[in-house]
Amino acid sequence: MAMLHTVNKSPTDRNTLESCIRLAKKGGSVLLIEDGVYGAIKGAAKAGVVGNAMSGLSFYVLGPDLKARGISEDKLIDGIKIVDYNGFVDLVTEHDTTQSWL
Amino acid sequence: MKLSVQINEGPYTHAASDTAYQFTKAALEKGHEIFRVFFYHDGVNNGTRFTTPPQDDRNLVNLWSELAAKHNLDLVVCVAAAQRRGIVDPDEAKRNGKDGDNIAPGFRISGLGQLIEAGIQSERLVVFGD
Amino acid sequence: MSETKRFLYVNRKAPYGTIYALESLEVVLIGAAFEQDVALAFVDDGVFQLTKGQDTTGIGVKNFSPTYKALGDYDVNKIYVEKESLEARGLTVDDLMPLKYEDEDDDWAEKDSIHVVSSQELSEIIDQSDIVLSF
Repeated sequence: MAMLHTVNKSPTDRNTLESCIRLAKKGGSVLLIEDGVYGAIKGAAKAGVVGNAMSGLSFYVLGPDLKARGISEDKLIDGIKIVDYNGFVDLVTEHDTTQSWL
Repeated sequence: MKLSVQINEGPYTHAASDTAYQFTKAALEKGHEIFRVFFYHDGVNNGTRFTTPPQDDRNLVNLWSELAAKHNLDLVVCVAAAQRRGIVDPDEAKRNGKDGDNIAPGFRISGLGQLIEAGIQSERLVVFGD
Repeated sequence: MSETKRFLYVNRKAPYGTIYALESLEVVLIGAAFEQDVALAFVDDGVFQLTKGQDTTGIGVKNFSPTYKALGDYDVNKIYVEKESLEARGLTVDDLMPLKYEDEDDDWAEKDSIHVVSSQELSEIIDQSDIVLSF
């Protein structure tokens, strides 16, 4: 049962991303949305947490939220895939359950 | 697929309602069915018709009402949360002795059971909040 | 008729500073009537919702902590508390309200509803859920 996890807060603001990674079972996916997209930035304090987690979890980031915040693609951690709202919908339907980390 | 959405925050203060709106719109355009959109906590504030946001920005309440009309969506505002926050329809106004109502077009007020039912009847439930 | 689904209510927020704890409990109580397979998870500051000795008289708001004690009567008896979250906050299970239920399959023996589980165990519990509600 692969799960999709969404995280909507920056890792330097809340511990949401950290807790999500701690509790997400391997094989699942994490989609960063809203302020959560800041967690996709390479070289930032918590980027290591994401990098380490990538061996077990697939990471995605919502493109429109990146653009809104002026974060260019070259600033992202390698291996994070950008999706739009259509991609968000696909991720939801392709995974058995979605857990929104609030 | 049959999807449902839960929105925990009001318009503008949090991005939840915007993200949920864009998600719901995309899902509908892809041909999915939206069984229900359930508004809880401050999310009930998406259901008042008395907002007058600045003209040069989106009118979230209207966007939801219009999407509901276009796709025959079931927008449900939780009665308990609505009572706490003052979102009222004519029946609730009468029942609770209020001198007016403010529910926006396309929204209806109902119980928490509608959220649980949405979870049971839908294939996917996505929550948007803080 | 639809099948029974496994509902998981995830609580990550402390009580009283925001309404999420109270209003999520209201969903659990209403949800109990639908006879689904219900479990609650308390993670991060959510563990504070279950601490003993809450006295709200000074802040003038309703103390809703007794409601957790009623969960057993509503057949909600799978209450998972993450061990790492407790430890990070200097708490042990003894700091929590003793939530109980009566097991009808075991001659109505009184049992603990709270299960302190590791992150790994909770991760499995989460993964087995059909619907996850967050507040």
